[in-house]
Amino acid sequence: MSWKVYLAVGVGSGAGSVLRYAISLATMTAFGGYFPWGTLLVNVLGSGLIGWLAATISRFPHTQLARWQPLLIAGFCGGFTTFSLFSLETIHLIQHGYPTFALLYVLVSLPLWLMAVWLGERIALSRPPSQ
Amino acid sequence: MGHGITGLLLVALGGALGGMGRFAVSNIMAHLLGNAFPWGTLIVNASGALIAGWLLGYFDMLITQPLWLFTIAGLLGGYTTVSSFSLQTLELWQRGQAPRAALNIAATLVLGLAMAILGWLLGTGAQ
Repeated sequence: MSWKVYLAVGVGSGAGSVLRYAISLATMTAFGGYFPWGTLLVNVLGSGLIGWLAATISRFPHTQLARWQPLLIAGFCGGFTTFSLFSLETIHLIQHGYPTFALLYVLVSLPLWLMAVWLGERIALSRPPSQ
Repeated sequence: MGHGITGLLLVALGGALGGMGRFAVSNIMAHLLGNAFPWGTLIVNASGALIAGWLLGYFDMLITQPLWLFTIAGLLGGYTTVSSFSLQTLELWQRGQAPRAALNIAATLVLGLAMAILGWLLGTGAQ
């Protein structure tokens, strides 16, 4: 495990984090700050992307895309999605007297994350084998 | 500040360091405990939730914008992950290990939220 792999993960994660932050600012401007739409959106998109990338790379392991795996998967997808903000937002909703919203947030997020990763994989596997 | 270039750089730097930290912890856990269960991601998410809760409890609403951007949006946002959790849960399910997939979901949610609350309590106590 060389330092280059760590560097690639760092660059991908930094880029993913900036994009996550930009999306959370944009959704706050668009929908307000009552419900954490931004985090929900990045976690669903990031789950879909990791499903697509992992399946595509395992199908075509000798491509340019496969070479970028640490930057894209552990780096970008990892940095783009966030579990700590998801936890903080859930607790924040409870503390501010919205336990129903907190429960709804958890019960909506989890199936959407898992459906997104499954869908991403499906899309990758449905592509014709020639690339 | 928050919308400026300095803010973005703080998020990027924190996110890069957090991501490398997650990669290191995942690798160490896979080395120590094997790949049968995604221990690395679980530990990363639980510890990240604990620190995030602590920061929120300790600083409350007084947390400054640069500190929030570097630690919460950057460092801990990059350190914790949902994408790996989703992928590993799906992989467990597809390997015919539905009980392990369910355990991963339950452990992540319960441990993650409990750690965030614990961190918050410890943080408010340390004020």
